[in-house]
Amino acid sequence: MAKPDYLHFFIDPNRCIGCQACVQACTECDTHKGESMIHLEFVDREESVQTVPVICMHCEQPTCAEVCPADAIKRTADGVVQSARKPRCIACGNCVMACPFGVPEVHVPEQIMMKCDMCYDRASVGKKPMCAAVCPSQALFFGTREEIEQLRPMSAPINQFQFGAQTITTRVFVMTPRGLTARAPYLDVTAAMDERPHPRAVTLKMLPAGTAAGAPAGLSDGALDPFADVEV
Amino acid sequence: MSDDPHMGDPRPDVDPRVTSPTREGLAGTAPVSLYVRTRDQITIAPDFKPPEAQPAWRRDFPIDWPQDQYVERRDFMKFLVLTSFAFTTGQFWIAAQQWWQRRGEVPGERRIAAVGDLAVGGTVVFDYPGEHDPCVLVRMSADEYVAYSQKCTHLSCAVIPQPEEGVLHCPCHEGYFDLRSGRPIAGPPNRPLPRIHLDVRDGAIYATGVEWRTT
Repeated sequence: MAKPDYLHFFIDPNRCIGCQACVQACTECDTHKGESMIHLEFVDREESVQTVPVICMHCEQPTCAEVCPADAIKRTADGVVQSARKPRCIACGNCVMACPFGVPEVHVPEQIMMKCDMCYDRASVGKKPMCAAVCPSQALFFGTREEIEQLRPMSAPINQFQFGAQTITTRVFVMTPRGLTARAPYLDVTAAMDERPHPRAVTLKMLPAGTAAGAPAGLSDGALDPFADVEV
Repeated sequence: MSDDPHMGDPRPDVDPRVTSPTREGLAGTAPVSLYVRTRDQITIAPDFKPPEAQPAWRRDFPIDWPQDQYVERRDFMKFLVLTSFAFTTGQFWIAAQQWWQRRGEVPGERRIAAVGDLAVGGTVVFDYPGEHDPCVLVRMSADEYVAYSQKCTHLSCAVIPQPEEGVLHCPCHEGYFDLRSGRPIAGPPNRPLPRIHLDVRDGAIYATGVEWRTT
């Protein structure tokens, strides 16, 4: 059995609400029962509560497999990069260091590398992986391209990432705003790491000063546009 | 909503094949025939160069499972032929070795011990015919001696004589040999222990020859 060609994984980090449902569901997966392989990361915990789920991106050029000295990491014909083969893995941790997305985990007591394998027992029979099955905001979505186009008309899936000099094409797609993908159909991850969020003006529609109690000082002269943008 | 469900909906119309009642898959997916594409199974190397330009180890250790599992018919035939050749050569080599051994085998006499050195039921370990062929001599009764090679015929562990039970015991895999004949009586060994011919004269015991037995 193999993952059907027409089913893809789409991650929409914008929609992640950090509910940990995927983390819990991942521990239920039969290929790695009891261990969660998903990483629910805070983007910048000091500044924001925004989280992003990180699953294996199933690269076309899997760096983990490239660096594996034991030839333990294999990719099946459907493009799913599998967990390390148990008889071969020496738990050296090279893959953990090499993966640009930080996906593989070395389990020292069992002497084995484990990683997200897109719930191969489920995906290979056309079922949604556990995390995509439970995600309440569908930040993790598993389905066809047509479905995602229907569901996310403002976003476009991209699967090219730039890590310094390394370009990586993945089987898993990340949803990005259409405006951005029109300009650059890939994500420059290393460049984005130093990027600070632009202070954004959030617009609130204000009522005239007389009608609203407790209007901010400076807006109470009555001559202002009632629909003016207010920076908060 | 009005009678037109798509009024004002900016989303494009869905491909009817996707939403058709006979749609396939648990995720409400389109039929497989919609997505026919040939996949290149060759791993794309990080430097994006073609497979011919890649180092040889990439062909030996492919990342893709189908390539890793693939065995060429020519490789399989090579394996078969070379392995059978190795086995055949090995057989001839063993036969030749045996022939050489037998040919040069003129084991001389060697004095093992004086008769008075061991009581009834006593044992003496000695080397015969070579320096590294451990053997064991057991005095069964006043004028009855037996000697065997100490190498178990199973995996060459040292056998331990137990004259009171009348057996030779191999502790490695619980093998037992009859002390009187050297034949296996229990455990994994199938062949009897090589017997050392003895000669008792002038109050001393001499080893005079080895009898290799297969049954």
